[in-house]
Amino acid sequence: MSATQIPQISTRRRRTDKLMRGSLFAGTMIALIPLILIIFYLLQRGLGSWSKSFFTTDPTGSFFGNPGGIRSAILGSLEIVAVATLISIPVGIGVALYLTEYGKQSWFANTVRYFVDVMTGVPSIMFGLFIYIVLVLAHVGGSGFAGWKGSVALALLMLPIVIRSAEVVLLLVPSSLREAALALGAPRWRVITRVVLPTARSGLVTGSLLAVARGMGETAPLLFTVAVAFGVTGNLNQQMNTLPIQIYTDIQSPRSEIVARAWGGALTLVVLVLIFNVVARAVARRSRMA
Amino acid sequence: MEAATTVAGGRSVLERSPAGRLPDQVLKWGLTALAAAILVLLAYFFIRLVGQSGNVFSTYGLKFVFGNDWDVSRNIYHGGALVAGTLITSAIALLIGVPVAVASALFIAEMCPRRLRGPLSVLVDLLAAVPSVVYGLWGVFVLCPHLLPAEKWFASTFSFIPWIGGGVPALYNYFIAGLILAIMILPIVSAISREVIATVPAENKEAALALGATRWEMIRMAVLPYSRPGITGGAMLGLGRAIGETIAVVLVIGNAPVIGKHLFSQGYTLAAVIANEFGEATGIHTSALFASGLVLFVLTLIVNMIARWFVTRGAHGTRGTGATGMTIASGPASET
Repeated sequence: MSATQIPQISTRRRRTDKLMRGSLFAGTMIALIPLILIIFYLLQRGLGSWSKSFFTTDPTGSFFGNPGGIRSAILGSLEIVAVATLISIPVGIGVALYLTEYGKQSWFANTVRYFVDVMTGVPSIMFGLFIYIVLVLAHVGGSGFAGWKGSVALALLMLPIVIRSAEVVLLLVPSSLREAALALGAPRWRVITRVVLPTARSGLVTGSLLAVARGMGETAPLLFTVAVAFGVTGNLNQQMNTLPIQIYTDIQSPRSEIVARAWGGALTLVVLVLIFNVVARAVARRSRMA
Repeated sequence: MEAATTVAGGRSVLERSPAGRLPDQVLKWGLTALAAAILVLLAYFFIRLVGQSGNVFSTYGLKFVFGNDWDVSRNIYHGGALVAGTLITSAIALLIGVPVAVASALFIAEMCPRRLRGPLSVLVDLLAAVPSVVYGLWGVFVLCPHLLPAEKWFASTFSFIPWIGGGVPALYNYFIAGLILAIMILPIVSAISREVIATVPAENKEAALALGATRWEMIRMAVLPYSRPGITGGAMLGLGRAIGETIAVVLVIGNAPVIGKHLFSQGYTLAAVIANEFGEATGIHTSALFASGLVLFVLTLIVNMIARWFVTRGAHGTRGTGATGMTIASGPASET
């Protein structure tokens, strides 16, 4: 059988192959190191400051004595993100519907698509600056910094995420479904509300949840719009406390008890963001099985 | 049309009544207006930002971007150090982050057992789910103090290399900021690279293997040339993120408005100066911060446009709204 024997790969080539495969593996491991370290330190330092009073008291704001917990920060974050979601999801899905159902490949639709892409690349701090210029400086609504202005900034940030993910999902709805409904005499708006949207529902939910997760962790836009507060307030027209801002200010404190609160807050924030991510993935997985 | 098939008004029974057509028109034009509002909003933003920072550019001219003298106490705002800091930290982030990201993408897509592919992708993507303020917290209290001895050793051992040695490393410095940025751009560069690598036709890879190539030679000859534009685009998108990142950087850059002499000296970035000095700024100082925002905005805009050009070119004819579009929009976490 010596005639069909394959010549051996030279030692040099084999060595290069092994070396490069080894370094690709090493690269992957290096990529995982920061993740492991961050999770480790979050759990080590964050869990230590978790307690019942940590979640049930507000930050006192005083440098000495009991620094207090993060209740108002959690509630404020949830409130602001909820309002941002209420703004960005209908608008985002609306624009995505325009792109898939009406605009399609027209120049106007492509222009909108292009600028939505541009929006995804805009740094989050810019949305904060924008809202600061337009709403805070102008004292719209009778106050400078206010919770709802933070919601608007976050909504702007979430909007391109919602639009892009919704468009991808809406394009997956088979056109035969639309055509069947139209052939039965249904008007366009009924086709959209009764056929297209329900078919794409789980995909839309996934994209929206990912946008919420993204908005949840943003600090920079809130810095310019919501500012800082300590207590719980349900009034969105006032300054509010939010988790990212609370962590940001706590980091800069020289007092170790307050830094410990930053770690506890960070762990809480990461858990909140992860919950939205996991739920989004679960929804996506279930819809794929159906 | 026969008379029997028309109703009052002379329209066919198959036609909708004017009232029945109304909701359709409302929906269509409503949605179109919504889409147009996005363009109007962006244009309005740009105009307002230019308007707010106009007097800075009329006072300092191009010195605002290239002059190196940012002194709040003397009310002089030449932001050269900020621009330099932004570019230095972003360059460090790319140098560290992109090789690691591409290596992990190649390993996950081409080498690792199929069963591990999903879990490994999810783990790398998890880095994208960590909020930037948490990176900042970790950087300040873990990374900076732990790396300082290593930085000192490195700076004194390699002191003959210009720009690296010759100074005492500061606790907060360019390198730390670049390192954290590298970690932050890793997931998006890795996710886009993975997607682009997945589009390499199996024929190309099989052909290389059939000609006797080793695994690495197959990657070098079949996978990398095909996916290079896409990977370049992914790296550029990462660069865009690095340039605009604020909170993690402001905590670990040292916030000194000078151009650092070496890798381990303190600096400042455009985004950091806005976040840090915004609270106490008045008058032309505020305008200078808005102008920093404008420079930042234009910088990220250019980088993102180049990136998008590469990514769409690398997608080999597939439309931008495909899977790559989704990753760009929502970050790697959307890749389920």
